[in-house]
Amino acid sequence: MKRGSHTVSLQKEKHTSFYGNMADVGKTPVARNEKTNSEFGYVGIDAILEQMRRKAMKQGFEFNIMVVGQSGLGKSTLMNTLFKSKVSRRSLMTSEEERIPKTIEIKSISHDIEEKGVRMKLTVIDTPGFGDQINNENCWQPIMKFINVQYEQYLQEEINIERKKRIPDSRVHCCIYFIPPTGHCLRPIDIEFMRHLSKVVNIVPVIAKADTLTLEERDFFKQKIREDLRANEIDIYPQKEFDEDAEDRIINEKIREMIPFAVVGSDQEYQVNGKRLLGRKTRWGTVEVENTAHCEFAYLRDLLIRTHMQNIKDITSSIHYEMYRVRRLNENNTQPNGQQAIHANGVPEHEVLSHEM
Amino acid sequence: MGLVQYVLVTEQPGEGARGVPLSGHVGFDSMPDQLVNKSVNHGFCFNILCVGETGLGKSTLMDTLFNTKFEGEPTQHNQPGVQLKSNTYELQESNVRLKLTVVNTVGFGDQINKEDSYKSIVEFIDTQFEAYLQEELKIKRTLHSYHDTRIHACLYFIAPTGHSLKSLDLVTMKKLDSKVNIIPIIAKSDAISKSELTKFKIKITSELVSNGVQIYQFPTDDETVAEINSTMNGHLPFAVVGSTEEVKIGNKMVRARQYPWGTVQVENENHCDFVKLREMLIRVNMEDLREQTHTRHYELYRRCKLEEMGFKDTDPDSKPFSLQETYEAKRNEFMGELQKKEEEMRQMFVQRVKEKEAELKEAEKELHEKFDRLKKLHQDEKKKLEDKKKSLDDELNGFKQKKTAAELLQAQTQQAGSSATLKKDKERKK
Repeated sequence: MKRGSHTVSLQKEKHTSFYGNMADVGKTPVARNEKTNSEFGYVGIDAILEQMRRKAMKQGFEFNIMVVGQSGLGKSTLMNTLFKSKVSRRSLMTSEEERIPKTIEIKSISHDIEEKGVRMKLTVIDTPGFGDQINNENCWQPIMKFINVQYEQYLQEEINIERKKRIPDSRVHCCIYFIPPTGHCLRPIDIEFMRHLSKVVNIVPVIAKADTLTLEERDFFKQKIREDLRANEIDIYPQKEFDEDAEDRIINEKIREMIPFAVVGSDQEYQVNGKRLLGRKTRWGTVEVENTAHCEFAYLRDLLIRTHMQNIKDITSSIHYEMYRVRRLNENNTQPNGQQAIHANGVPEHEVLSHEM
Repeated sequence: MGLVQYVLVTEQPGEGARGVPLSGHVGFDSMPDQLVNKSVNHGFCFNILCVGETGLGKSTLMDTLFNTKFEGEPTQHNQPGVQLKSNTYELQESNVRLKLTVVNTVGFGDQINKEDSYKSIVEFIDTQFEAYLQEELKIKRTLHSYHDTRIHACLYFIAPTGHSLKSLDLVTMKKLDSKVNIIPIIAKSDAISKSELTKFKIKITSELVSNGVQIYQFPTDDETVAEINSTMNGHLPFAVVGSTEEVKIGNKMVRARQYPWGTVQVENENHCDFVKLREMLIRVNMEDLREQTHTRHYELYRRCKLEEMGFKDTDPDSKPFSLQETYEAKRNEFMGELQKKEEEMRQMFVQRVKEKEAELKEAEKELHEKFDRLKKLHQDEKKKLEDKKKSLDDELNGFKQKKTAAELLQAQTQQAGSSATLKKDKERKK
């Protein structure tokens, strides 16, 4: 019996539009609720958007965010402010634990939160002890290891023969790095950390406790930081090379011009001009957290949650995770030989035909 | 500082505190929108396989469903085997771009011996799974931009006999039910009367159940669509009529089939189940069909394939290694093939060069010969001409000599004559 030949003809970009068939060319598209003479112009393909939305609402979302910075920079408060609830570890801590640990610890706390029917499993990963020791050499290592362990877990599940319908995603989607508001420039520990970690995770640097800087000091500081980042070739989120199209680039350029965001966190509400607002009350005035004239918290929140959350997750899964996977699957290749130069960013030296199978 | 210890502490909130209340608007309720926007930018793809005998109106139904004229002419009935022809189209409605692939079985049911008819269909479906699996197993892969060719829905066209399923239908559907979402439909159902249709549907459903054929059930777990889906599940198989011709009914133009005894309107739910099919297939469950294909049928294929290749899940540490071995083996195989091809090409190249060289040498030799010949010819000519010249010169000299001799003689005779006359005169005078 002759085996079928599949003639897969990609019809030269045949844009057969549905706005009517042969007789109706030129008519405007018929929306679902309108009834006109030729109601059959509408097929219903765009209903798939609604179907996708339904599926997403049912499944819920996951988001894993890591906070890194020295003790006392307001990391936990910022998390609580971002997610408007007690999601950080401080909320769960007992008083005995309120000490600076002798080594770097990695604590991960998950919460299920829900808003307007959308459910999210939020995991906040805290790193107490980072940068707090006298000798902070290689402080980035345990964090890097943690991130890689999450990638490894995902990879193991993915290459299982019997695998789960939805692989639980514990990969770190975003790492917020807290820069102390010195006003001068980045410190060596900041550069070291960001240089290493920007290769495996999306880093969003923020200037912590920005209410100690005046606006001029803030602008100067930001400029210096951006220069330092450029000089050290540190690629922070949103990375230039992952801009998808011109539209994206315009939006992301605006963001890149503002980074790092100067933030102030608070979970206390105060009365300001008749309204109850989140803020920090001082003798000389109240810093309103969500007022963009005071600090850039709102921009950070919009970026992380309201506009780019999906994009952050996509970059993690299709770029950082894939890079890890390539490295992992290639490195077993050289075990019998012994050494193989693998760069710190995880990309092996030779990638000969690794894309061919 | 020695080796930095890190302590991993994962704390989950206690049993009772599953969720934390939010004290204000955070904004992640925009996530479904973000997700949908991303998909819109990316585009969607949907692949339908139409299985059924030739002449059951598969192409017409596709045209009617998607409201467009897909290419192709009706196939002949004399195909030697079952072939699968697939065509991909880019469709757009409002801001949604869909890459639709329609695969048709050509020649299904036309052979005298139909034992192997289902095989090429199964093979085709498996090939698409295999392509996806290969992409997924690649080291450097681009899953997000991969054009998914796996079949999401299989419309099985049942001939409107009115009695029961043919054994070919049962066998084929049984072979396909674990590989693809099957939606059985009764084709050309305007050939059956309403009462016969009800009996036919009941018979078909009971035959499917008694033979253990798993057809696709519209999902009833989501409350928004549970009701409509479960109602529709009861109407399977859908009795459809397809038509791209328009007929004027009242003051509207509708798609219909016109007979002397009446007009069958495609979109009239009293006449046929076309609207139900379109509703279920496209407007309500397209996404679910895609998901089932990926999470159930593809996973099953993948599991079987990997187990076949000898992998097991029991040894978690060795998994990347054993998969790595396959990569190794495949890579070596590929390198070997590459080298072989290179060798072949090199040989061919050397061969060609030799041939060309020989050709050129031949040409050179010929040219030399030609040159020699011409040269000789030239010399002969030259000699001939010289000889001729010489003989002409001789002639000329000879002629000149004769001429001077003749002139001299003439002069002499004249002189002699004149002296003779002078002498004669002198004598007379004496």
